Amino acid sequence: MQKRSIVPILYILFLMLPIYWLVAMSFKTTNEILSGFSLFPQTFTLDAYRTIFTDPTWYWGYINSILYVSINTVISVAVALPAAYAFSRYRFLGDKQLFFWLLTNRMAPAAVFALPFFQLYSAVGIFDTHLAVALAHCLFNIPLAVWILEGFMGGVPKELDETAYVDGYSFPRFFVTIFIPSIKAGVGVAAFFAFMFSWVELLLAKTLTAVAAKPIAATMTKTASSAGYELGLLAAAGTLTIIPGAIVIYFVRNYIAKGFAMGRV
Amino acid sequence: MKTENQKAWFFVLPVLLLVAFNALIPMMTVVNYSVQETFGDNVFFWQGLDWFEQILRSERFHASLGRQFMFTFLILIIEVPLGIAIALSMPRSGFWVPVCLVLMALPMLIPWNVVGAMWNIFALPDIGLLGYFLNHVLGIHYDMTQDPIAAWVTIITMDVWHWTSLVVLLSYAGLVSIPDAYYQAAKIDGASNWSVFRFIQLPKMKTVLTIAILLRFMDSFNIYTEPFVLTGGGPGNSTTLLSIDLVKIALGQFDLGPAAAMSLIYFAITLLVSWLFYTLMTKDDLN
Amino acid sequence: MAKITLSNLRHSYLPNPSSDDDYALKEIDLDWNDGGAYALLGPSGCGKSTLLNIISGLLVPSEGQILFDGANVTDLPPDQRNIAQVFQFPVIYDTMSVYDNLAFPLRNRGRDESVVNERVMAIAEMLELTEMLDQKAAGLSPDNKQKISMGRGLVREDVNVVMFDEPLTVIDPHLKWKLRSKLKELHQRVKATMIYVTHDQTEALTFADQVVVMQEGEVVQIGTPVELFDRPAHTFVGHFIGSPGMNVLTCEVTDGTAMFEGHAVTLEGPITGNAHAASTGRTEIGIRPEFVSIGKTGLPATVTKVSDVGRHVVVECHIGEHRINAITEGAAPAKGDAVHLEFAPDQTRLYIDGWVATEPTPALQATEKEG
Repeated sequence: MQKRSIVPILYILFLMLPIYWLVAMSFKTTNEILSGFSLFPQTFTLDAYRTIFTDPTWYWGYINSILYVSINTVISVAVALPAAYAFSRYRFLGDKQLFFWLLTNRMAPAAVFALPFFQLYSAVGIFDTHLAVALAHCLFNIPLAVWILEGFMGGVPKELDETAYVDGYSFPRFFVTIFIPSIKAGVGVAAFFAFMFSWVELLLAKTLTAVAAKPIAATMTKTASSAGYELGLLAAAGTLTIIPGAIVIYFVRNYIAKGFAMGRV
Repeated sequence: MKTENQKAWFFVLPVLLLVAFNALIPMMTVVNYSVQETFGDNVFFWQGLDWFEQILRSERFHASLGRQFMFTFLILIIEVPLGIAIALSMPRSGFWVPVCLVLMALPMLIPWNVVGAMWNIFALPDIGLLGYFLNHVLGIHYDMTQDPIAAWVTIITMDVWHWTSLVVLLSYAGLVSIPDAYYQAAKIDGASNWSVFRFIQLPKMKTVLTIAILLRFMDSFNIYTEPFVLTGGGPGNSTTLLSIDLVKIALGQFDLGPAAAMSLIYFAITLLVSWLFYTLMTKDDLN
Repeated sequence: MAKITLSNLRHSYLPNPSSDDDYALKEIDLDWNDGGAYALLGPSGCGKSTLLNIISGLLVPSEGQILFDGANVTDLPPDQRNIAQVFQFPVIYDTMSVYDNLAFPLRNRGRDESVVNERVMAIAEMLELTEMLDQKAAGLSPDNKQKISMGRGLVREDVNVVMFDEPLTVIDPHLKWKLRSKLKELHQRVKATMIYVTHDQTEALTFADQVVVMQEGEVVQIGTPVELFDRPAHTFVGHFIGSPGMNVLTCEVTDGTAMFEGHAVTLEGPITGNAHAASTGRTEIGIRPEFVSIGKTGLPATVTKVSDVGRHVVVECHIGEHRINAITEGAAPAKGDAVHLEFAPDQTRLYIDGWVATEPTPALQATEKEG
């Protein structure tokens, strides 16, 4: 057992190295970065972070990202819940085909959809809004949420539904007060994955926004090209994008392994 | 079992509408472009299947597709066995398990362009940790902006860094669901470690591994942002994967027709290969 | 095949056990004779699974030794002990056929394929699995899967002991008795030592020649099903076996006489042990409902409940605070009736701190020796 644990330790070390480098660089001065190699920041500086927290184009990037990711998570889970219930409890015309079709949407390369999405959302008149990105991300997050939730719901015995009806519960009341609490873990895991995939996606988010809803990731690419090569600033901005994910994952740490495992193939 | 109930469609309706809005309308736009030619100003000419023919015959498409398959193949044969091996060597319970899982999941939660940027500064020849170490400590000449092999090694390593944890998490979930009795029975039956893996762990991990391989296939086949930020498709075209090429044609050259035709071919290939994977991996269950 | 001896066995799951309560098993000394059919009976958490895992080698005991035919195997791993174990939930190798499942333990030991074939066919025939040999094991019903688990245990002809850990838990009720009688039949055919762990007295009493009753990490009695019923050595055995269980009534002992609610109760024989124990310990009278009769004389009681369970009627009475069950086959009194209860003297025993403390009546002693 002791000998074997060297494998995960080495692996985690490998995972942490690039992250360390990013964080270390964010505390270095531009001079130090460009002048040569140093393992630790020689002159420790918070300049990069100061810039980000005082410049609205920077910090609004974060707020925009968090806004559309949150909207997307809520929409994805909210609409996926009844749908997953239908797939897990009922047989209906075309159910299997529908389920498969939903999953195929995860296979569509985002690059394929970038331009048509731009035109569609411009035509509807919500281009450059948080809602646009949130809705666009539904394309791959809803199928995933349905898939995960369906797996968790399958583990809840059907007798629970029947008992509730016998006890005189109406469907909406049963669904909200009994059923959803019994798959809390599943809702958490689905929300986590929705958050994750919406947070990390950039191509669509960048395509669908210009100024008002521009995500942090897009701000970063602009900086990289326009303001020369400000590596320290870029590293600080990158470091800050890791934090929301880390916070979210902490909450679901005990369920994360179960997430996909419960889904059906 | 499940009851027949057509009203269940009402439960599915919101999902259906949202996904259809996002999937069908853009898809129709793409189909529309793919059979027309435009010189701008919203003037279109009927082109039939010419674009498809042109794409399917083009050397450039073949090369990108080849690189794409190469990339996906390489990351699958590295990430899947590596992920399984790491999951196998994890303790089954204890204080460290959630800590390990959180640390392992961290790379997956970093925005994709940040992953690319991070590996870019990690690999810079003289001032990046990896680049400095290889060039100045080990004395291996390494510069991914010049050397296609170095660029390939870097994007593969990056993807392994980014996504192996997904395989680990899924395999681990499969492993901890195996009851102790299986291991005990195997001990009593005199099974070797290899037999335990081959006849207990692997079959019990099959479902989650199928999911892992499918997801890794789809996502790696569609990969765009990370290699684009890391190498920009270069040096030359050496790391121009399918998505990168597609975006170059569509947005860079504004050749909407060929780009649309290429998108559809691309999507069809993804679907076909996913379906093949799925059928092959679940074949045994049907018998 | 071997005689299994457990000597001074103690086990604790804690790293530094201090008091007796820290031990899952407290001081076990036990012999399992070669070829016997044993049941290990006790409620959940009494330590029976721990004991089983120690015998099979999945657990190493904190103290004490396990001997197979006098040879110390305490530190040997399971595969070198030549034992077999069938678990609560059927363990099968999903991807293998039924044949390969049965052949697995032999092939792992490098046996000749011809020997493997011969053994597998013989076992499959015994377990009525012959027709399924080519099928994938994964698709079978739970009872067939459990049969495969048993088959893998029996396929090695030299096993020292086959252990069953509540093997019928997941089996449909109507198939339980079938599998149980199959097991009994198998024991007679293969003559291997078998240990059957269960919390179900019916399963234990129908399967075993000898039943070992455990409670809180201790063996409280070993005996044939008849012995356990006739003369429980501990109030726990009396209570656990029988339906309803033995009546256990708090009493006082004065001058060698048991006094219950102010009445002298005739016991099967003189009280053993020293008078000191009788005066300081917890003293109880134990009598099975089968030997309490409702008559004109005896202890006055009130009927509080009458339940007809089919073959006979269980009459629940109260004397003061004490509840006493009586079983009667004749006309039963009605609820609320005042009745008199008589205890059959040769079946009435005194228990001190839970353990029997009266000498058996000579007649019973004689039959015990014959048996």
